[in-house]
Amino acid sequence: MAAPELPNAELAERAAVTPSTLARRLERLRTRGVLKGTRGLVHWPALGYEVEVSLRVTLDKTAPRAFDEFIAAAREVPEVLEIQTFLGSVDVRLAVIARDMAHYQQLYRERLLTLPHLADIEALMHVAQVKEGETVPL
Amino acid sequence: MELDEIDRALVRALSEDMNATAGALGRQLGLSQPACWRRIQRLRDGGVFRGRRVDLDLQALGFGVTVFLGVKLATKGRVSLEDFERAVSAIPEVQIVEHVLGLFDYRLRVVARDLPDFERVLRRRIMTLPGVGNVEANVVLSEERRPGPLG
Repeated sequence: MAAPELPNAELAERAAVTPSTLARRLERLRTRGVLKGTRGLVHWPALGYEVEVSLRVTLDKTAPRAFDEFIAAAREVPEVLEIQTFLGSVDVRLAVIARDMAHYQQLYRERLLTLPHLADIEALMHVAQVKEGETVPL
Repeated sequence: MELDEIDRALVRALSEDMNATAGALGRQLGLSQPACWRRIQRLRDGGVFRGRRVDLDLQALGFGVTVFLGVKLATKGRVSLEDFERAVSAIPEVQIVEHVLGLFDYRLRVVARDLPDFERVLRRRIMTLPGVGNVEANVVLSEERRPGPLG
């Protein structure tokens, strides 16, 4: 997890097993669905997307299909990178990228504020990534 | 960096599977293996990928709970941001730390085995961080990642 680029031979050395045992173990983790693959993480600023915002959304839950309809509409916005639903004071979070602040403002007004069943929305502007990688303590 | 349609399809495919070979991707997109390899190399050299992430089934590994935390610092100025950032990054259950502007100062992603385990992390590790103030926790029920604006 910590070093996905690591070649198998080196990984075997770290885990103190032979390369063939490692290959078998990895294959087993894959077939059991524990290892689902390796994703490339896109560095959006390199493609001209300089702004990243975390939107915390509260929905109007009096509408019975509020969650489904909101999420279906949010999927239609290409700049939306992540959609999470929560148990807590926030209902949904959207991670959104934009080329610059002007583009973000346009997205916000025309595509995001117009999403269905929106009751309240709060923005956290991304300043810096301090830690990432999403490893788990095993 | 300017991307054409084929580049965008490549970025999209690699963001789903970084281990896909140039040969396989080329066949999908109607490119020869060397031409596809050159395009992938150009994308990598252009800094289009900031890294890779091993996609794991967290439930199968015994991590049943993911929580997003908003953290407000209580004593800005007295405790340096660096001290807080170093301490929070050292907590193994904390996967993501983002410095943000708005209602909170930091956004954290935390994994735990279950809710009692999360409570332990929150009480012993998060609430004892230098300078930590108001903390808001939201337990993730579902999560979906989208490919982004790649045409």
